[in-house]
Amino acid sequence: MATPNGPQGERENYLNKEYGPASWLLTTDHKRIALLYLLSITFFFFIGGFFALLIRLELLTPASDLVQADTYNKLFTMHGMVMVFFFLIPSIPAVLGNFLVPMMIGARDLAFPRINLLSWYLYIIGGVMMLHCMLTGGVDTGWTFYTPFSTAFTNTKIVEAGLAVFVAGFSSILTGLNFVVTIHRMRAPGMTWSRLPLFIWAHYATSIIQLLGTPVIAITIVLVAAERTLHLGIFDPKLGGDPLLFQHLFWFYSHPAVYIMILPSMGIVSEIIACFSRKRIFGYSFVALSSIAIAVFGFLVWAHHMFVAGISIYAALVFSMLSYSVAVPSAVKVFNWTATMYKGSIHYDAPMLYAFGFLGLFTIGGLTGLFLAALGIDVHVTDTYFVVAHFHYIMVGGAVMGYLGGMHFWWPKISGRLYPEGWAKLAALIVFIGFNLTFFPQFVLGYLGMPRRYADYSHMPEFQILNVFSTAGATVLGVGYLLPMIYFLWSMRYGKPAPDNPWNAAGLEWKTPSPPPTFNFDEEPVVTWEAYNYEELGDIPPNAEAAGVR
Amino acid sequence: MSDSQSAAIQGEAHGGSHNPALLHHFAEPQQQRDASSLGMWWFLATEVMFFGGLFCAYLIYRLKFFGDFGAASKTLDVSLGATNTAVLICSSLTVVLAVWAAQTGRRMMLVGNLALTLVLGLAFLGIKSVEYREKFEKHHVPGTSFQFQEKIPGHPDQYADPRHAQIFFALYFVMTGLHALHMIIGVGIFVWLLTMAWKGRFTPEYNTPVEMGGLYWHFVDVIWIYLFPLLYLIDRHP
Amino acid sequence: MSAHSTSSSLKTYVAIWIALLVGTALTVYASRLDLGRFNAAVALTIATIKATLVALFFMHVKGASEKLTKLVVLAALFFLLLLLGLSMADYATRAWS
Repeated sequence: MATPNGPQGERENYLNKEYGPASWLLTTDHKRIALLYLLSITFFFFIGGFFALLIRLELLTPASDLVQADTYNKLFTMHGMVMVFFFLIPSIPAVLGNFLVPMMIGARDLAFPRINLLSWYLYIIGGVMMLHCMLTGGVDTGWTFYTPFSTAFTNTKIVEAGLAVFVAGFSSILTGLNFVVTIHRMRAPGMTWSRLPLFIWAHYATSIIQLLGTPVIAITIVLVAAERTLHLGIFDPKLGGDPLLFQHLFWFYSHPAVYIMILPSMGIVSEIIACFSRKRIFGYSFVALSSIAIAVFGFLVWAHHMFVAGISIYAALVFSMLSYSVAVPSAVKVFNWTATMYKGSIHYDAPMLYAFGFLGLFTIGGLTGLFLAALGIDVHVTDTYFVVAHFHYIMVGGAVMGYLGGMHFWWPKISGRLYPEGWAKLAALIVFIGFNLTFFPQFVLGYLGMPRRYADYSHMPEFQILNVFSTAGATVLGVGYLLPMIYFLWSMRYGKPAPDNPWNAAGLEWKTPSPPPTFNFDEEPVVTWEAYNYEELGDIPPNAEAAGVR
Repeated sequence: MSDSQSAAIQGEAHGGSHNPALLHHFAEPQQQRDASSLGMWWFLATEVMFFGGLFCAYLIYRLKFFGDFGAASKTLDVSLGATNTAVLICSSLTVVLAVWAAQTGRRMMLVGNLALTLVLGLAFLGIKSVEYREKFEKHHVPGTSFQFQEKIPGHPDQYADPRHAQIFFALYFVMTGLHALHMIIGVGIFVWLLTMAWKGRFTPEYNTPVEMGGLYWHFVDVIWIYLFPLLYLIDRHP
Repeated sequence: MSAHSTSSSLKTYVAIWIALLVGTALTVYASRLDLGRFNAAVALTIATIKATLVALFFMHVKGASEKLTKLVVLAALFFLLLLLGLSMADYATRAWS
């Protein structure tokens, strides 16, 4: 449904349909809710980043001289809690998922628009609770809340932080519920399962995890709160309780949670690689089913976080073996993406640069996960910076790169403006360099034996040089993250107006105007073509050049 | 795929005579009904996992401290527990009759069964509070005033370890307490349904809220169907 | 969901209701017998039969037009059993270490 390009004010779209705070705070339009989330998660990203900055500043010197150890415990705890629960888990599904899922399947909105708004309010309530908790003393147990420290010994604000996570967890559950029902019930005529964009498959798999995993951490938080407030000592060793039971229940969710963080990013990468290779994804059904496989297998491996905690060695063997198997569907994706690019017509626009970054960094992160799955290696590097580097490669090098790539790819659709391509390429490069400078030294540090969660490493001062590199890298990374925030905002006023489909990409969302009207489609689309029909679409048109994309 | 997709509609017009309860983003009432139903089933799946964590804790500790758990379980009142089970089963019947009444347009039968369900639900909560009070009086509530001096069933010369009994009661209160909280929410939902039914809002064409409320109620019943034998009937043979 | 046929539904509901009450009585009775470790198995079996009856007939899973509802129920049960089972893989084998 192409409409002529024109400056913003001419055509009614979801942004200009209504003005005023009430039209935003009481909206049920999935696109506006996506933008509400965009603002909120960006805010929490800054908060989490601020804590990261303090951590890295402290680690510039071996002594615990910037902050005391107790404070340092709070810093890494708050960094982890905010980044995991208030940034990574919601980010892609709540922003890009909310915006795109209905559009990609040809629907007018999600199945439950009011529940969608409720999700956002729950997230905000949880976020406010977390902020209050941080401002009034914070938590020092690590984001993992291990018992019995969290139940019996710490006097920090566990219950409040736990309840904040509980409330945010419900936001996550409701988002997952909305997506699953929407994808089952609201696809346009002709949009069969095998024609769905892989972004949708990824979000479907993510939603399954959100629905089935989050309730378990919810009840675990209830039990911790009950033990602290009502003395119902389920995990209390003095009563014969097992602290490891907490870890089993906690990680039953928190491991699949990392797949909540990565799967949507993989979905984005599929869309970007197909578009900028001008080829359909190689092995579509394998990539689609691998998302489901990751979701299922992800529930089978949780005790690999507990190898040295005191579980039985036989259980450790089982979980080690299962952890190897969960890498297989991820590898399938990486191979299929590579095969997609083979003999494709590669374009190096900013989204594709992020996708390339994802491929390399996710592969490294994933492979180091396999190292950790090996019991012999894990005994040496668990609770060291090796683990820290591993998960940051996946979550930052993987999930965040994918998120940024997706934000660039769909920015014209969301805002109706083109971002400045030159700056975007520069930012992508800065992010990549900053990221590797920050986290590669941490692999080495961990291997050499530097423990995580230590403010003071003066017993091994030779670690300092690598820590200095890491902190320097973090500064560069921070600059790389600031740049898109600046030029995206800039583009909303001064960016060139975007055509409906600046990338000549496949997908129903590109058949709407940029920005789209409130109900997405003037007429319900009827789908008669396969996904990723790039051989019909041809190349990225020179229009994009003329419009200043390159 | 046989998901309920209608033929393409044109623009925002659904035709003039559609049910006012049809929401804007759905093409037709059947689609809306199917979406609500799938949504409610998925919500119940999340509830299974929510209670599931408690069942996991219960399973592990019961196997570890079987004798002590048996002693603790024996102090619960089986007749009250069984009565409550029967109360909930009857309420499930009234719920299913209410749904049937809504589907066949029988307003008074619908209202009556919804009211009966409410009464039964409140009866359940009443009996539960009697049980809780008894536990409080016997100092079986975990905490500083917890006392437990019972023998392990089948071992008349051996006292149960009160620390492990305390874990049993911690689980008892969390599991039945969470269940009771869900009952209270269910009572609230049915008050709302009763009000709407009384005002005649439900018809054979539109009765989805009654069905969805019913699904929730049945689920709460199913949880109790498991809680009763697990908590009350561990070791009851003389 | 479409309306059910009338009196056969009602009869079914009452029959299931009676079955559930009988099951409850049975489980209380069985608990008083000394079956050793089978007490638990019997209790859980009866509970599962009761729960299945509620799900199939009261929650209308049996008449559901799509396999999807059944799939959701099975998925929830599968993941619950996964949680219980794999945790037991640790607890049941600790003594072996």
